[in-house]
Formats: sequence, structure tokens, C-alpha cells
Amino acid sequence: MKRQMRPAAISFRCKSLLASAAILGLMTSAAVLTGTGSARAADQIIVGLVTKTDVNPYFVKLRQAAAAEAKVKGVKLIARAGKFDGDNEGQVSAMESLISAGAKGIMVTPSNSSGVLNIVKEARAKGIIVIALDTATDPADAVDATFATDNFQAGVQQGQYARAALAGKTPKLAMLDGTPGGTVDTFRHNGFLKGIGIAEGDPAIVGKQDTNGQQDKGQTGMENLLSAHPDINVVYTINEPAAEGAYAAIRAAGKTKSIVLTSIDGGCLGVKYVAAGKIAATVMQFPKKMAQQGLDAIVDYAKTGKKPTGFIDTGSYIITGTPLPGVTAKDVAFGEKNCWG
Amino acid sequence: MSTTISAPPSDVKPKRGFGSILQTLARPPIGSLIVLIAFCVIFSIVTNTFLAPSNLSLVVQQSVIVGTLAIGETLVILTAGIDLANGSIAVLGTIIAGRLVNDGYDALGCLVLAIVVCTLVGVVSGTLVSRLKLPPFIVTLGLLGIVTAATRLISQGGAFPVTDDLLSWTGNVFTLGTTPVTYGMVIMLGLYALIWYILTQTAWGRQVYAIGNSPSAARLVGIPVGRRILSVYTFAALLYGLGAWLALGRIPNADPNALQTANLDSITAVVIGGTSLFGGRGNIWGTLIGTLIVGVLRNGLTLVGIDPLWQDLVTGVLVIAAVALDQLSRWRRM
Amino acid sequence: MTAMTSLIMETRGIVKRYGHVTALGGVDFELRDGEVLAVIGDNGAGKSTLVKVLSGAINPDEGEVLLDGQAIHFSSPLDARIRGIETVYQELAVAPALDIASNLYLGRELRRAGPLGRWLRMLDKPKMKREAQRHMDELKFRLPGITHAVEDLSGGQRQGVAVARAAVFARKLVIMDEPTAALGVRETGQVLDLIKAIRDRGLPVILISHNMPNVFEVADRIHVMRLGRRVALTDPKSHSMADVVAIMTGAMPGTDPVPEA
Repeated sequence: MKRQMRPAAISFRCKSLLASAAILGLMTSAAVLTGTGSARAADQIIVGLVTKTDVNPYFVKLRQAAAAEAKVKGVKLIARAGKFDGDNEGQVSAMESLISAGAKGIMVTPSNSSGVLNIVKEARAKGIIVIALDTATDPADAVDATFATDNFQAGVQQGQYARAALAGKTPKLAMLDGTPGGTVDTFRHNGFLKGIGIAEGDPAIVGKQDTNGQQDKGQTGMENLLSAHPDINVVYTINEPAAEGAYAAIRAAGKTKSIVLTSIDGGCLGVKYVAAGKIAATVMQFPKKMAQQGLDAIVDYAKTGKKPTGFIDTGSYIITGTPLPGVTAKDVAFGEKNCWG
Repeated sequence: MSTTISAPPSDVKPKRGFGSILQTLARPPIGSLIVLIAFCVIFSIVTNTFLAPSNLSLVVQQSVIVGTLAIGETLVILTAGIDLANGSIAVLGTIIAGRLVNDGYDALGCLVLAIVVCTLVGVVSGTLVSRLKLPPFIVTLGLLGIVTAATRLISQGGAFPVTDDLLSWTGNVFTLGTTPVTYGMVIMLGLYALIWYILTQTAWGRQVYAIGNSPSAARLVGIPVGRRILSVYTFAALLYGLGAWLALGRIPNADPNALQTANLDSITAVVIGGTSLFGGRGNIWGTLIGTLIVGVLRNGLTLVGIDPLWQDLVTGVLVIAAVALDQLSRWRRM
Repeated sequence: MTAMTSLIMETRGIVKRYGHVTALGGVDFELRDGEVLAVIGDNGAGKSTLVKVLSGAINPDEGEVLLDGQAIHFSSPLDARIRGIETVYQELAVAPALDIASNLYLGRELRRAGPLGRWLRMLDKPKMKREAQRHMDELKFRLPGITHAVEDLSGGQRQGVAVARAAVFARKLVIMDEPTAALGVRETGQVLDLIKAIRDRGLPVILISHNMPNVFEVADRIHVMRLGRRVALTDPKSHSMADVVAIMTGAMPGTDPVPEA
């Protein structure tokens, strides 16, 4: 990187269009060099993958796992994504182009569980097998099969750990949610409340903030919540970036000792935060497994005509450095070995 | 005939009643200052935590990134332009610095390189706007896409935690009495003071106003309009680069997903601050006040326990009100 | 040449062609010191092309331009300005939101003396205000106040600011290209008064205008253009308004050689 950027620095004084073109060119070439190549021979089984976004490391890992598996199986993987979390329209057009491309099967992680129903129906009518990864559709049988974490159950695990960690103290709960209306977000949120044993609307929930799963918004939200309610003692976060933001706010307020910070996702960064004691526990899920199993199922169908059905839970585990009695958990070493991204 | 040109009082348009109130409110930053004070009064009455020094410090800390990007945005809007790419340019800066430092390069060099690259993006947009006369909206919309894609390709979907002291220095805190202050806050306020000086006390600043106010007049009196516009976009992008440094201090993690709404947030701050989207009118302190209004709303509504979505709603109302006020006072002037 | 007063600006045989169209077919031109010279002509007579040559906006294909008797070549309007020639356009060259003093010094701002100006590039606002007021007083141009925004002024006063700017910075002469075309009668009067005030300061003025009564009110001499040539160089005393219009339209022969058909 460093090498490629240098010439751009030299041309700083040039004011001509040429210079701007060169800079644009450099940026693009830098981008292309670091990018991954794709596209190979024809006459292969084509498998499509549509993820929520191209930037979330979770989906990047999922895509990479699918690409690796595709290589093993000798099939061609075409990966597409929405522009941002919640980009239903982008996912639909991605699926449309995959149908035109002649995909045998499509794996999709729906941004919204009902956002892609029509196009899924259209694809299946053309004999394409559609598998939901990570997020179930609503209704779940709109797709042929779902390979996913049971996010509600994962949320329950997170909530159970939080309850155990409070050890009988009255909860003062702050919730750093993801995106309003997101399917996974809602499952995790509701699962957490079930696990900790608090009903929605209970005054024990002292405040909620939407973070879009982003660190900066997690930090800002937590800072403001702590300013309003210095007595918060337990925090739910939608994912580890939001938890990292929350941790920065908690540390700045000097409350790392009195607050139980929990998260969910299982990214390698998240496991690091757990190892460092920033997050008490996180619930890990397994996107690689989803991608591998989903792709295998499609290849199997293409070769034998056998279709998978129903919901296949790829599992979730609590990862913590401080295991608590009555809560099943794995240690940090397991987390480091199995984390994604 | 007398050789004296008489200037009867009727030559100066009367300013009375509603019109004069309107003119006063429309003169930045008076209207926005009133709004800011009103919100502060309301929140200090209905909560007992709002006025705590630590809480007020928080509001400013949370405004540092958007507040800095909004300075550059103000410069661009004063020339009757718009910059949709400022947030993405800052993110590019954080990713370049974050990734290279992660790869083991010298932090100071990486930071300087990141800021230089950000500035170069401004050279590109400024050149396209001033030489090819392309509309700023389209140029910066295109750059938003290009820079975002470049950022994501460079980051490879990952984020880079920042552990380097220099990169995260702007987030360090010292206390002023009982008030925690970050170096980032000081830098941001310093930049506001600097830009105030440049805009109001130098020929460059006055010419920037003139270009936005009447580009043809600026050209006729011999101002090198193209060069000034290029320098505005370049300087604004340098500020975005500094914004990247402040972002790394505030959130010590270079994340390609960060600051996705920063461009619109900064335009919001500029508009609420009373700077006219038609160019040539505005005040840099108004932009700071506009940024703080959004920060105070976000913080205050959380303190009160009101759903944060109301913040977006109120902000939207303020944006429309600010633009309407500007438009109304324009009609009165015509 | 035995002119009573010296010639400030002069052209000899200026030719300017655009493709097959000859805009100027060998124009002679002279401007005396301290006079208001009106340049008139029908549409297409070559007035604006001539003005562009004089103000440095275009270069002639043939012929020469002399300033103070020296042949010169303008590379741009800026070049002409550097040589002391200021031009006022029909289009208002003022920034409405800026105050009068700022507009007067727009593009030529004064910096403070000493390190504040040299290193911090700080504007000398008090001096600009003071000087602006002094110039306005000298031109007997009364304004509501030097710190008022130009948009608070009437149209005539706004154009007056642009005219005053030309008067302040011109060292040789001022060119005014239809300065009153967009103004009403009373507002036009204000600008004409300013033109007289500039002449009284000793600066020669070239006034391009369509408006005969205006021309006859302020001009000392009249340069009549027709079909890309000067057909007459006269003055309001020797020819009536009707005569001048007749020369302009070709109904009456001019004093200079008649252009070949």
C-alpha cells in the first residue's frame, strides 16, 4: 500500500486534470490490487450468494467460506450483496441477476425476512433451489431450507448469562439494539429479554438506543444512557462493535466494575474483547458452517436432485472468560479457534 | 442639475416589523443560537443531569467528528457548492492510517499520508468542479461511491483497532476544573477559530463569499474564481483528513462502516447554522451551533427518556425551518 | 498630430474577422485626455467588438492599439487593468451580500501593514472603509453608509458602486459598456452624474451606449460606428441628435470616409 500511495503524494502540486485522473487511477488500481479476482470457465454449476452487505466482516467471512467450499466442490460461486443493512431492493436485484446468470441454487441472507419473498418464489418457480443463510424468511418455508443460528435461542443464552452475572441484583438494563425492524435484531432482543427474565416495557429496561451495529453509535448511545442513568448495571449489545463502543463509554465513566456488558455474534475481535475482559460474555455463531453446508446442499441437489428442507440450526455458544454456574459456556481458547472474521 | 447624487431615504428598503424580525433571525448565527439556547434551557429544566459538566463535555465530544467535517462543508456550501463525500473521505483517511499502522508502518508517516490522500481527493473534486464546470452535487456523489468502494477494498471488509498513541491522541482527556476535555475538542474549536479568521479577516475568505454570492461579479472584478474554488475543495478535504484523525481518537477503531451518515449530518449542521445553500451567506460559528443543536437534542432526549427517533424528526423540522427562513429573507431582499 | 490635448488611447486600422464576417474593417479611434467619448452605433456596427479590443478581451487581426502613444498588446482584460484601464459592464459586477466598502475593494483587498498583513494576511478593514468613504465623497456619490450591504441599495446605486470602483482604480481611463441599459430613468441619472464626476477628476471615459439623450447629456465627443468602421467623430455641438442618428443608420453621410459597400 505504502508504495502505491507515494506517487500520488508527489503529484500534490499538479493542478491539471491529468493529475486528478492519475489520482483516481491510483485509487482504483490500489483497490483492484487488493481486491479478489473471480469469474472462471463456463459450463460449471453456478451457485449464487446474496449477503446483506459487503463490508460487515461477518458476511465477508461467510462469503469467503462459501468461495473456499465452491473451489473444493469445483463449482462457480457468484457473490452479490446489498449496499447497506436493510437494502432489500439491492438484494432483490442481485437475485434477479443471479437468476439470469443461470444459477442452480441461490443462498441468501435476507436483510428483512419478508423483503425477498417475491423473488424467492420466482426463483423457485424456475427450478432454482433457494437456501436462506443466517436469517430465516417469514414464513420460514418460503425457501427450501434455512441454515442459520437460532438467533432467538442465542439471545436467550446471552440473557441467561447476564442474569447469572447479576447474581440476584435488581437489573437496570440498557439495550443497544441494531437496526429497527431487522429480523435478527428483533430475535436477539426478544431472546435476551426472555433469557434475563424481563418483559418488554418493564421499567427495569432503563433505556434503548439504535446502533446499526456500529461502534461510534454504540459509544454515543451508551454515553448518553450513562449520563441519564448512572445506575445501569447490565448492558445488551446487538454485536461486538456496538459492545466495543459501549465499553469505551463505560470505561470513560469509570464503571467497568459495576456493569455487566454482554454481546452476541462471535467475531474474532469480539473474542479478543472477551479475552481482554472488556465484554463479560458473547454468544458465538458459525457463519462458515452455514456457508459450507448451504453450498454443499445446493451442489448435492444439482447432482442428485435431493433437496434439503426445514431449519438447520448451525448452533451457538457462549464464550466467556468467567464461566458461571448453571450456564453452559465455552472458553476463550475455543472462541479464538472458531471465531469468524 | 446637481452633481450630487441624492440618496433619499426611500432608496434603502424599509426594515420594519415582521420583515426586520425575519432579517434578524436569518442573520446567522442569531436564529440558530436562539434555538440552541432554548433547547439547553428546556433540557436543564426537565432533567437534573443535562447541565453537569461531564454531560456537556459529552455533547461536545460527540460533536467533534461531524463538527469538523461541517467546517469543510461550510466552505464548500459558501461557494454555492455541496460536498456529499466528506464522511467517506474521512473514513478513507481512518482506514489508510489504521491499516498501515496495523501493517507496522510508522504512525506519524501514516497519519500524514492519510491526510494527504484525503486532501488529494479534494484536489480531484475541486478540479472537476472548477475546470470542467461539473455540478458539485454530481462530482461529490460520484466521489462518494468511488471513495467508499476504495475504502472497502483497502480494508477488505475488516476493521483495524487503533492502539497507537499518536493516532488515538485526539481522544485523550484532560480536565479543566471539573470538566473533562479531549484534545479532539480543542482541535475542533481551534479549527473553527482559524476558519473564522480566514473567512472574515483575509481576502481569500471575502472572495469565497463573493464567489458564492455572485460568481459573475467575482469573475468581472478579476477574482480567479476557478483557482479559489479548487482551493476551497482542497482545503475542505484537508479538514476532512483532520476529521479522520479526530475520528480515530474518538473511536479507536478504523471501521469502513463508520460515519455513513456524516455527510448528511454535516450538511444538516451547516443548514441549521444558517448558512445559505444558495451560497455566499453564512457564518462559521453558526455551523458549530448547528452541530451542537443536533448533539444537544440527541443527548437531551436520551436523558429525558424519549425515543431517539424523535431526534431525527425534530432535526428534520429544524432543517426545513432554516431553509425556509433563508428563502423568505431572500424574497424580501429582492 | 495637433490635438489640443494629448491622446490617451488610440487605434489605427483595427481589423477583426470572425470567419467570413468582418466585425471591424479598419477602425481608427482616439480618446483625448479628460474627455467623455461616446461610442455609438446600431446593433452589429462593431461597437462591442471595438470595446473588447480596447479592454483587452480580444486581440485584433490587424492594426495597432496605442496607449499614451506607445503601441501595446493586451494579453487579457487583467493585463489591460494592470495598465490602468477599468471596465464597467452592463451586468452588475457587485456581490449583493457584501457591504459597499468590501465591494469597492473586491479582488483588490488592502492588507494591514506589518506582520499582521504580511504573515497573517489580515485585511485592513478600517482603512478600506475610510478610503471607500473618501472616494465616495470625492465622487459626490452619496450612499446610506459604507457598511451597508449592496443589496440594500437601489439598482442605480448598485451600478454606482461598480462605476465608483472603476473610477477609484483606473489610472488611465474607464470603459463603460452600456452601464445604464438595465436601469430606470432616475437611476440612470445617478450613473450619468457619476460619469461626470469621474471626468471632473481628470479621467477620460469611453461610454458605449444606445441611449442618445444620455450620450448628448454627458459626451464631449461622439464616435459613430457603422458596418465595422468609424463613420464620424463629432461632438454634440456640431451635430444634432437627429443628425447623429442619421449618420449611424446610414441615412446621412458621415465625416469620415464612407465604408465601401
